[in-house]
Amino acid sequence: MGERIAFGTLSYDMAHILGGAMLVLSFALLYQRRIGAIIKIYALQGMVLAAAAGWQGYIQASPHLYVTAIIAFAAKAVTIPIALHWLVRRLNMQREIETALGVFLSMILGVGLVALSFLVVMPTTLAAQAQPLPREDLAVALSMLLLGLLMMITRRNALTQVVGFLSLENGLILAAVGIAGMPLVVELSSAFLVLVAFIVFGVFFFRIRDRFDSLDVRHLDHVGETHR
Amino acid sequence: MNAVGMTAWELCLPVGWPALLPFLAAMTLALVPSWRIGAWINAGAATLGFLLAGALPWQVGHVGPLLLVDRLAVHFSILTAFVAMTTAWFSLSYIRVEILARQIDRQRLRLYHAMFQTFAGGMQLAVLSNNLGVTLVAVETATIAAVLVVGLPRTAEAVEASWKFFIVCGVGIALALFGTVVLYLAAQPALGPGLAAMSWSGLSAAAAKCNGAVLNLAFVFLLLGYGTKAGLAPLHGWMPDAHAEGPTAVSAVLAGSILNVALLVILRLRDVMDASAAAGAGAIAPGPPIMALGLLSLLLAAFSLWRRRDVKRFFAFSTIEQSGIAAFAIGLGGPAATFAGLLHLTLHTLTKAGIFQCVGRAAQLKGGQKFADIGGLISSHPALGLTLAAGILSLAALPPFGLFASEFLIVTYTIRQLPWLALPLGIGILVGAWAALMRLQSLCLGPATPDRGPAPSAFLLAPVWVHLGLVVVLGLAMPAPLFSWMTAMAGGGR
Repeated sequence: MGERIAFGTLSYDMAHILGGAMLVLSFALLYQRRIGAIIKIYALQGMVLAAAAGWQGYIQASPHLYVTAIIAFAAKAVTIPIALHWLVRRLNMQREIETALGVFLSMILGVGLVALSFLVVMPTTLAAQAQPLPREDLAVALSMLLLGLLMMITRRNALTQVVGFLSLENGLILAAVGIAGMPLVVELSSAFLVLVAFIVFGVFFFRIRDRFDSLDVRHLDHVGETHR
Repeated sequence: MNAVGMTAWELCLPVGWPALLPFLAAMTLALVPSWRIGAWINAGAATLGFLLAGALPWQVGHVGPLLLVDRLAVHFSILTAFVAMTTAWFSLSYIRVEILARQIDRQRLRLYHAMFQTFAGGMQLAVLSNNLGVTLVAVETATIAAVLVVGLPRTAEAVEASWKFFIVCGVGIALALFGTVVLYLAAQPALGPGLAAMSWSGLSAAAAKCNGAVLNLAFVFLLLGYGTKAGLAPLHGWMPDAHAEGPTAVSAVLAGSILNVALLVILRLRDVMDASAAAGAGAIAPGPPIMALGLLSLLLAAFSLWRRRDVKRFFAFSTIEQSGIAAFAIGLGGPAATFAGLLHLTLHTLTKAGIFQCVGRAAQLKGGQKFADIGGLISSHPALGLTLAAGILSLAALPPFGLFASEFLIVTYTIRQLPWLALPLGIGILVGAWAALMRLQSLCLGPATPDRGPAPSAFLLAPVWVHLGLVVVLGLAMPAPLFSWMTAMAGGGR
């Protein structure tokens, strides 16, 4: 990056919009009850992530980020959502999932977490000679990480917990592509994709399906309690 | 992609062989349909891996973009390879009994052996890695391998255990990746863009010039992320389940390696933070948070030990306890406490792997792994009973076993540096040791419970005797060259 990227330049505004869009989609995941909609929102988030990675590749003039963008699009916007839809149909899952805390409380907590991450990240990175863009991307990424964790905690259904993990991971990739010159971005994002693929396609669903009537994790807890 | 392409050749040098071999073995094992041949290949590859790791001390000083071979890395590489070797030999006869008892399907053993080697390779790569990104990927690989093996018995409990393992460790890895990204941001102004700003060699040289405030943020996430792997509270929940429900061979290698790797990363990170704080660059002192997590884990696990009814779960909680003690010593800082912490980790690994091997035999013999199933081992099977009793005495840190020495050192340095923390530390250690001794009585003494499986021959316990013998020797009479090696490792001269 030659010139300083600041508020008001196209490269900054565009990256900002894409980061913000991902954050908004994380909130949408937090309150959505219908499992089909959750998967669609996740696919949309994957698309925005691909666009953000591609845009970063353009403004940083680093072609390897285009690879990240292509992988993100192929996996997160297309393959994983299709696989999740297939799982829902195949396992004949319940289509509506209640959140443990209710929509209102989840949203309040989510806003609090976003405020927390900005309050933590912005002051600490102030002196880091960092450009404003990576700092804000980092704050957005931390927000998405915390929102993903919140989603994993407030959902009782294993599949929605998985989607929580997936959106958390989107935030991580956003952070990694936002930092200029970060090495191994392609490798790290692919390695995470492998982890994600194992979680999604893994034998777990089938095994849980073998033994339980639903993917509700409470059944699992119950088994644990009685046998310990 | 190009970065790895240029650096991957390093794995093909002799320094990389201990990490490369298990992956090659895993690929071979994936192609071998017969489980009998697979088991022998597994044991042979693990033995060869140990020999290759044994050649590493002559390579100390190698610093590349991918691998960092210092004393610390070599020490843990040899230890991990040793436990993998003895466990692979243990596994050879263990799975034969499991197959007869129909606990594991024959078809799944191909996966089991391949994943055993993948796990070992991931651990070796994580230990020898110079790059935080590579460490992360290696730990992730090992985790996936371990998860797949833990789920093998396909009981409801095993499914729950692997699910928990996956989700909790997935979150841990995600936190660690965020920490890695932030660490790069902190080091980039000092080291410039590229691999150097993610490498331990670069970071430790330029710690003073890194941005302290950003380092703090990275430290918090890396500590929580790798703390998950080390079984440190509050993210320790996966450990008891994974140890208890998977095949016992996995419990033995899990207890011995994943914890060491995670604490190794935390130790290196502590040095970076210390250097930065000493130079006034704005980093916080890393000791107190590490000590707090360690002490919390120790106390939590020590009191949980009393309520366990499952033998393997009991020893898994004990692993959390010992991990807490080692983390506490690492947090305490200074060469002496670090020495004690590293000694403790080493001896605990040897002891715990040995205990799990005994417990695996006992569970097969008695047809269950509850305390209610296993009792009076000494009267019915003296060799197994006495070996297990010796292991538990070692775990309770009684002399002549080496853990007595390491815990004594840790408590001594605590009294010297932070006297008021010696009380909770001492309570935790005593409560844990007391629980272990109570369980020793029910497991090894008293009336014998009925046998429901084949009795292991005393010869099969030989690996455990080697483990416990090493624990005694290292604690009572550590050879002088090894002592100076470990002192240098704990101090500056890595």
